[in-house]
Amino acid sequence: MNGLLTVDNITKNYGSRVGCHPASFELWPGEVLAIVGESGSGKTTLLKCISGQMDPTSGSVRYTKRDGEQILFQNLSEAERRFLMRTDWGFVHQDARDGLRMGVSAGANVGERLMAVGDRHYGHIRKSAADWLRQVEIDVERIDDSPWSFSGGMRQRLQIARNLVTAPRIIFMDEPTGGLDVSVQARLLDLMRGLVRNLGLAAVIVTHDLAVARLLSTRMMVMQAGSVIETGLTDQILEDPQAPYTQLLVSSVLQV
Amino acid sequence: MSGPHYNFAYLNEQTKRMIRRAILKAVAIPGYQVPFAAREMPMPLGWGTGGVQVTAACLTAEDTLKVIDQGADDTTNAVSIRKFFVKTANVATTEQTEEATIIQTRHRFPETPLKENQILVYQVPIPEPLRFLEPRETETRKMHALEEYGVMHVKLYEDISRFGEIATAYAYPALVNDRYMFDPSPIPKFDNPKLDQSPALQLFGAGREKRIYAIPPYTKVKSLDFEDYPFTLPTWEKPCAICGSKTSYLDEILTDDQGGRMFVCSDTDYCRKNQVAK
Repeated sequence: MNGLLTVDNITKNYGSRVGCHPASFELWPGEVLAIVGESGSGKTTLLKCISGQMDPTSGSVRYTKRDGEQILFQNLSEAERRFLMRTDWGFVHQDARDGLRMGVSAGANVGERLMAVGDRHYGHIRKSAADWLRQVEIDVERIDDSPWSFSGGMRQRLQIARNLVTAPRIIFMDEPTGGLDVSVQARLLDLMRGLVRNLGLAAVIVTHDLAVARLLSTRMMVMQAGSVIETGLTDQILEDPQAPYTQLLVSSVLQV
Repeated sequence: MSGPHYNFAYLNEQTKRMIRRAILKAVAIPGYQVPFAAREMPMPLGWGTGGVQVTAACLTAEDTLKVIDQGADDTTNAVSIRKFFVKTANVATTEQTEEATIIQTRHRFPETPLKENQILVYQVPIPEPLRFLEPRETETRKMHALEEYGVMHVKLYEDISRFGEIATAYAYPALVNDRYMFDPSPIPKFDNPKLDQSPALQLFGAGREKRIYAIPPYTKVKSLDFEDYPFTLPTWEKPCAICGSKTSYLDEILTDDQGGRMFVCSDTDYCRKNQVAK
């Protein structure tokens, strides 16, 4: 049996500088994988390489489609890649402004993916948009408001709704709680945990925040200087870190 | 003829050949925007430099030219361009739609149905229909190449959510030959259905953006809409105040500063014929 996503020796070089040393892993349906590490450790590079946002220097990504057929992402045509990226996959950017269409209303943001896959019924699109706003705890009355009028946390939730509307199977998140204040972070995490569990989504989450990893993820990868230095179950790594750097990371979390 | 001597229709022969090649390519791929090396014309950008170049490339000495601006033959833009071609090409001109072989237009499709031996040349300010949603040219080209037109409906969605109907009244996006999304230039959406299966060749020239595109005769042009918000035509409460036409596109004209106004045909040629017929 194949995993949902099979990543094989992905590397990325920026000229002579290494962004990411060979990394391999397998993601299973419904599993949440956290990639943690300090800034500049190659987390985001790795995430972008496996999610099609960036071309890796070498290595391959295989994806198992709904019909069970495994496809090599690098072999797909650009049209197929883009189709996959707006149907079966979702990407949540750290800065919601990168992931949203800021010039149009919240409802249009959520509905865009539906229209992109061929939904041409306004009433249906509008109803789905309202449903999803409700699910991410945004007041439905704000469906026609511009994302500019939204707070940071609301924008982030809107971005999540926009990604989930086509019922993707994998969602990639780059520091989804970065830049939000702690209480908003907690609510967002709670929401994401609920969504991931209820929808049976697989997710890859990049974060430098171990609390986020602990709350959301089942498995964890620790990166340092472009290399994966430790992998394992989240609880296991956080309770009993093996690599010196992981030990440092775990012990440096502030205890209140 | 006094004054400086011009090559026929102002442009030199090499330039006209270059434009004709672009036109042929545009006709071969209906709705596709063909880049071309637009020249400086002796008029400002935005005054129809694209349309003028296309007309110049199509014009022959036997042609009869009609130029309309917002439907009218007697407004500044129409008069200037007509004079320009009389001076540089010495071609016959007309205000009668059925007599013209080439019609250069700004913002309107004539009310009189066109025939197979006619060419309609549009002046286009912004050829890219996706520009509202995607500012990057590299990205919009990719979207055309991959037929990623779902976002075009986002614009219509915004209209409905804001105004309760598709409020886009001009430059209404349409799909040409089931393939390319195109912007029919700022003609009112009232004219969109006339583009569909038209017997005349329709050419679009954008001078500033350096693009030419075309709709060959008898090509399908489908205006976008939603299943529950179908494409509709604007209607007027009263007929034309001058000729009484109930079927033509009407302009609102202010008649005094007391709130007086009248609605009259925007197509002056059509309106005049209607009056004569009465």
